[in-house]
Amino acid sequence: MSAVIPYISKPHPVTGVTNAKFGIWLFLASEVMLFGALFSTYIVLRVGAETWPHGSEYLSVPWAFANTVVLITSSLTMVMSWAALQMNNFAKYKKYMGATVLLSFGFLIIKYIEYSAKFHHGYFPANNTFLAIYFTMTGLHGLHVIGGIIVNGYLLFPGSKMWSTEPERFAGRVECAGLYWHFVDLVWIFLFPVLYLL
Amino acid sequence: MSSHHEEGFIRKYIFSTDHKVIGIQYGLGAMFFLLMGFGLMLMMRWQIAFPGKSIPFIGKLLTQDGILSPELYNQFGAMHGTIMVFLGVVPMAVGAFGNYLLPLQVGAQDMAFPKLNMASFWVFFVGGLVMLYSFLLPGGAAQSGWTSYPPLSNIAPAGQTAWLIGMVFLITSSLLGSVNIIVTAVQLRVPGLSFFRLPFLVWAQLVTSFLLLLAFPPLEAAGVLQLMDRVFGTSFFMPSGLVVSGQALEVSGGGNPLLWQHLFWFLAHPEVYVLILPALGIVAEIVATNTRKPLYGYNTAVYAIIFLGFMSFIVWAHHMFMTGMGTGMSAFFQATTMIISIPSVIVLTVLLLTLWGASIRFTVPMLFALAFLPMFAIGGLTGLPLGLTASDIYLHDTYYVIGHFHYVVAPGTLMALMGGVYHWYPKITGRMFNKTLGKLHFWGTFIGMNGIFAPMFFIGMAGVSRRLYDATIYEMARSVQPLNVIMTYSSWLLAAAQVLFLINIFASLRKPKEAAADNPWEATTLEWAAPTPPLPHQNFPEPLEAYRGPYEYNTTSREFAPQHLQEA
Repeated sequence: MSAVIPYISKPHPVTGVTNAKFGIWLFLASEVMLFGALFSTYIVLRVGAETWPHGSEYLSVPWAFANTVVLITSSLTMVMSWAALQMNNFAKYKKYMGATVLLSFGFLIIKYIEYSAKFHHGYFPANNTFLAIYFTMTGLHGLHVIGGIIVNGYLLFPGSKMWSTEPERFAGRVECAGLYWHFVDLVWIFLFPVLYLL
Repeated sequence: MSSHHEEGFIRKYIFSTDHKVIGIQYGLGAMFFLLMGFGLMLMMRWQIAFPGKSIPFIGKLLTQDGILSPELYNQFGAMHGTIMVFLGVVPMAVGAFGNYLLPLQVGAQDMAFPKLNMASFWVFFVGGLVMLYSFLLPGGAAQSGWTSYPPLSNIAPAGQTAWLIGMVFLITSSLLGSVNIIVTAVQLRVPGLSFFRLPFLVWAQLVTSFLLLLAFPPLEAAGVLQLMDRVFGTSFFMPSGLVVSGQALEVSGGGNPLLWQHLFWFLAHPEVYVLILPALGIVAEIVATNTRKPLYGYNTAVYAIIFLGFMSFIVWAHHMFMTGMGTGMSAFFQATTMIISIPSVIVLTVLLLTLWGASIRFTVPMLFALAFLPMFAIGGLTGLPLGLTASDIYLHDTYYVIGHFHYVVAPGTLMALMGGVYHWYPKITGRMFNKTLGKLHFWGTFIGMNGIFAPMFFIGMAGVSRRLYDATIYEMARSVQPLNVIMTYSSWLLAAAQVLFLINIFASLRKPKEAAADNPWEATTLEWAAPTPPLPHQNFPEPLEAYRGPYEYNTTSREFAPQHLQEA
């Protein structure tokens, strides 16, 4: 026996959202505070530093640009997968969600290439505060990407069984995962210029 | 484990998704940690009152000569604060009271996300284990104060790393809990229960959860940065050219130790309100029920705590007046600090005016609530000299500060929480506690707490620093040393009173269930409409509706109108 909880698949008539969608927005608000604190740290360190390297002295702008394209494309396919569910096209959902997960792996592979190039050149977090904040922020962002892969992978394979029993609730889950994924994308959109270009 | 447990014991009591079971799990866990934090302090108090004498009975277990060593003293001090705040009071106030009562008070069957709720408890559990484990590491547990200021904490032994990892778990647990509480309070209210018909405790939990949600992540960020410093040798908090014990540290430098203080206090000041708001909510429930009056100025109090929630995000640097941040910044934070005292005073005034013209029932929970009011007022008012830069220069980092925030959190929050345990005990267990023992517990706690914390103001004003292992090495501290002896004796009285509390709440479970215990206090809010104890995974046999505000009592006729009855 389990509790009957309202507004799991239908939105609340007053607030206009389901529980999960409200929850994910609250979660994203806390994530904004988390990355906000890290960006503030970046500003404080940079303002207090005697010298601050230009990002491209250490980092590879072309690889990062490629990653930006990969991540934005994955955000696009994420929306397409949700739209496919709205159009009742489950096969198309699978295709787009599969593409999202593949692109996320692509992002991590490029990140891996970048990281190994840094280590190869002897650039480590302990070298200076620029590399320290670079590794911390991109590392934490990478963990968020891995989290997104786990969630989207679940919705792609075992979790997608819900489509046949509770389609509305399943579409809601995909939408929430999408909100999270766009947030992860958005963080990278800030990280790219701040770390590589400025 | 005995063999007569029914099927699904683990699902029912260990990995349960029922908010009531999770609330009790949180309550028992928090109680363990509160007693542990208190135990650490009893040992420290012995050393403070009788420096260099071996601790009776248990001292030999700690060190060979039974004397608390300076290293252990520092560890106990840092862990006392950490345990009390993050593993004791917050899990009790938000985890236990929030989980158990909030769904009942909004008439819901459970929290909005029962599985997340379970995860929240178990993440808290792991965080607690990591903190306990840190005592066993070489060099012991964290010893840089509960604030863990770098660079000291960056070069501390391995216990500090465990502290940081434990904190990341505790923060994650709070995050899951706060999302759950907000969504439940907003989405799962029964029909008719509009926002301004919510019990004040629900409002308090709602504001508290927003503070946890938005203020904790910066500390998580700070924790990650310090972890990077300690594990990967980065220099986020390490300035250039640092020399330790005559040797230059081999770090790249370029970091900023004050950055940690900013990130830490950006959490830790809202955290103060996380500690106090649920207590205010509990006291409001107890006061309204036992005065048989509607809460005086309910709407005002609600607006006040919302305003308080916003303001609590822009006062943090009043903990840092001594860091040389400049008069302009100090003036700003001094002004916001004075402003934030206003909503606290409003809520306290609301509670006081509720007593006016009431027919007060001096029940055990009401005694705790009545004691809370002046104790919290002392705690709040003694904070004003600390919020003003001129007087803070003198009082900063002395025992006066300790006295101030302990009056807020110990005789304030903890007494409210104890009162809350008594108030809802009949609903949770179906039994009434022993009232005589309850009154003895109250007086022992009340006298003990004041005996411990009031002298701190005088010791602090005499100039004694808060972190001294043996203050008597200083001339000016010797004249106030007799006060320390009084405080230590008071702490034993407080400990003895808590033994009565534990006996009372556990021994009363052996009594037979009382048939008429559904609403022993004749209260009006929705939790009292549930059966006793509320049904597993369902709470109420039938869905409810709310027809009126939370505190429809009548002083003269002694009648009361429960929220769920159409005809009162």
